[in-house]
Amino acid sequence: MNDNEIKNPDLSETPEVETKPQTPAYTEWRKDAKTLYNNGLPEEEKDWFCDARPQKARKSVQVIEDFLNWARSQSLWILAFGTGCGAIELRPLVTSRYDISRLGMQPRPTPRQANLIMIGGYVSIKTLKRIVRSYEQMQGPKFVVAVCSCAINGGMYWDSYNTVKRIDEYIPVDVYVTGCMPRPEAVLAGFNKLKELIRAGKAEGQNLYAEKFDWYKENQKQVIKDWNMPDYNW
Amino acid sequence: MEQLFKELKHHFAVMELTIKHPDLAFLQVPREQLVSLLTHLRDIKGYTHLVMVTCIDYLEENTFLLTYLLHNYAAKTDLGVQVPLNRAEPVMESIHHLWEQGRVYQRELYEMFGIDFPGSPDVHEPMILEGWQGPPPMRRDFDTKAFSEATYSHRPRDHKEPEEYMKQQLYPED
Amino acid sequence: MESLYPPIVNGKAVYDLNSQKYLRVWQGPQHPGVTGNMSLELDICGDQVIKCNTHVGYLHRGFEKLMERRRYINCFPIVCRICVPEPDTNEYLFAAAMEDLMGLEIPEKALWLRTLDLELSRLASFLMHLGGQSGAFGMGTVAQWTIAYRDYVLDLFEELSGARIYHMYMTPGGVRGDLPDGWIAHARKVLDGAAKLLDEIRHVMLNNVLFKQRAVGLGVITLDMVDRYGIVGPNARCTGLKRDVRKDQPYLVYDQLNFDVETETAGDAYSRTLIRWRETHQSISLCHQILDKMPKTGAVHVTLPNVLHLKVPAGQTYVRAESTRGEYGYFMVSDGSEYPRKLTVRGPSYTHAMALLEDLLVGVNIADVAGLMVSLHTYPPEIER
Repeated sequence: MNDNEIKNPDLSETPEVETKPQTPAYTEWRKDAKTLYNNGLPEEEKDWFCDARPQKARKSVQVIEDFLNWARSQSLWILAFGTGCGAIELRPLVTSRYDISRLGMQPRPTPRQANLIMIGGYVSIKTLKRIVRSYEQMQGPKFVVAVCSCAINGGMYWDSYNTVKRIDEYIPVDVYVTGCMPRPEAVLAGFNKLKELIRAGKAEGQNLYAEKFDWYKENQKQVIKDWNMPDYNW
Repeated sequence: MEQLFKELKHHFAVMELTIKHPDLAFLQVPREQLVSLLTHLRDIKGYTHLVMVTCIDYLEENTFLLTYLLHNYAAKTDLGVQVPLNRAEPVMESIHHLWEQGRVYQRELYEMFGIDFPGSPDVHEPMILEGWQGPPPMRRDFDTKAFSEATYSHRPRDHKEPEEYMKQQLYPED
Repeated sequence: MESLYPPIVNGKAVYDLNSQKYLRVWQGPQHPGVTGNMSLELDICGDQVIKCNTHVGYLHRGFEKLMERRRYINCFPIVCRICVPEPDTNEYLFAAAMEDLMGLEIPEKALWLRTLDLELSRLASFLMHLGGQSGAFGMGTVAQWTIAYRDYVLDLFEELSGARIYHMYMTPGGVRGDLPDGWIAHARKVLDGAAKLLDEIRHVMLNNVLFKQRAVGLGVITLDMVDRYGIVGPNARCTGLKRDVRKDQPYLVYDQLNFDVETETAGDAYSRTLIRWRETHQSISLCHQILDKMPKTGAVHVTLPNVLHLKVPAGQTYVRAESTRGEYGYFMVSDGSEYPRKLTVRGPSYTHAMALLEDLLVGVNIADVAGLMVSLHTYPPEIER
């Protein structure tokens, strides 16, 4: 029995999302009434951030999609953001013993050049704000792997006032890896599972985020009380 | 340590000496004499190292017991100076001019307990929590489990009995 | 000609951030140049830092509050997660504080096993730090070597206790179990390999002209700063002070072991790295000594009566240990019930990363900020617990 994957939240169990607006044509996005307002930003900065919403990735012919998915799965660049305890098992992965570079992965310092973020363990509110920001700045197609049991259900900090109990209400997660800490082999198994999902075309975290953007944003704003950044940080 | 206590009794109203080990003792001092006692200990008695500043919340007695732990490198002894504060208005004099790390400890105490240290640099800046709108979390009357259940949604549990479940998994024929 | 740097009025630099000459940059939590999840808000003028504000709290889980809600034996798995890269010091201190309050004596062999565990954990932490130090200056080779070698030490831990990072080996009352068969031979092999690796590191990093040029004179700590800021550990020893908790107030079996306190006098990043390199050798030799002198037989733990409902007598105590960063302390207050009344963790990074770093970073180039921060060896999880 494969314990490493918990399915994404079903659309049937989410609160009612109002019918989302048609994503406007590229030349007219600024004039659409349903674009985001950049809440919390001072007046002079509101112009600097784009007001568009995230869009679903457009898919082309199945053959090309298969090829692109294969290519994406062989070259996942991981964002070097050690968000919690899991960071300590990210470092050995890069060394020659567990060598993720043979899988095509390398740690990147900036979210603009990464397409995989590894949520290592528990997430406190302050870190959640930065994770949301980094996740939204990543270029698509992007994937999320959550390791350690604290990302699944809060773990041993289940009664803490500062950690988030379910990370997938705030950003979409593709693969979970259980453990406290999981061994690097377990994390590698999680990465392999992610690669299988990508090749099968099922790693749809990014599209889920674009579809249910309002729901995610509402959850985030409920927990992150001082929202001083744009609604969509890209 | 009793020798030290006797010498301090000449100048300060120290009381309640508890000797835990030959090199670890705790004493209490009233609020007004704390800064002068700490200066005396640091300059004259050789307790030059401030180990930590912490606070114990005695909700039932309505006091905060601020504890300053000092260490003497020459004599290799520790002294804990404890100050009872009124829980209703917790304000204390700052010691940031004696030790630089005092301002960091005082900032944390303000955030976690609500004890104000007027004059300490940046004491009202939140250091650990961001966007925190609740009461100071380390106080005894703050219930962290209730807060966590109210603020964050928990993953629903399956409520399977482990023994039954594993029997079914391992021996499905039975 | 107008001076490049801002004027100093009353000891503070006066500058206007809107004047396009000064810039506020965040070296934030997601940055390869900070030691973990901590951020620095730097005001820079040209290439130099003129002010620094540190921000912590990204890893706050409210440990002290959580521990007040759990029984003593339930606190025990939580305690190692306070300091992520070096968890054993926390386990030892929690067990020692409980035993101090209960007045419990633990068997002889358990003392030796605890010391062995602590020294191996120091070795693993130093290895990771040496890699981080050279990586902060851009030389990634040493980082790859040491983090890969640290895995062998973690393998030893896994054979001993079952887990690589969070061992939960030092329980109140002793240790959890005895050494498995063949562990001692494996351990000696790993220690010898570590000694060889350290020689290679000296050749590549400490004798390297680039490292010397960048690290000498960086972040100088002077003698009067040590007590003013409460600096402990190798950061204090780099000024020439011989302060080490293992020598001053020996705990466990350190008074039976043979080692010197390493000091340097220059006070800069290079001398700190030298001290840590030598202390890694010291850890290796201490491990060898422990393996030689340890009693071969004996009980390894005292059975605590009714562990789930253990009541610790009322009192307060402070125990300290020497971790790789310096003096680590636990202040435990108990009121005679099954739950701890208050447990405060004093991590050495508390003062190093906040009060000391903010003052040391003034005048440093942006390129050297990472190097300085890593040379103070701060681990953010223990700052905000």
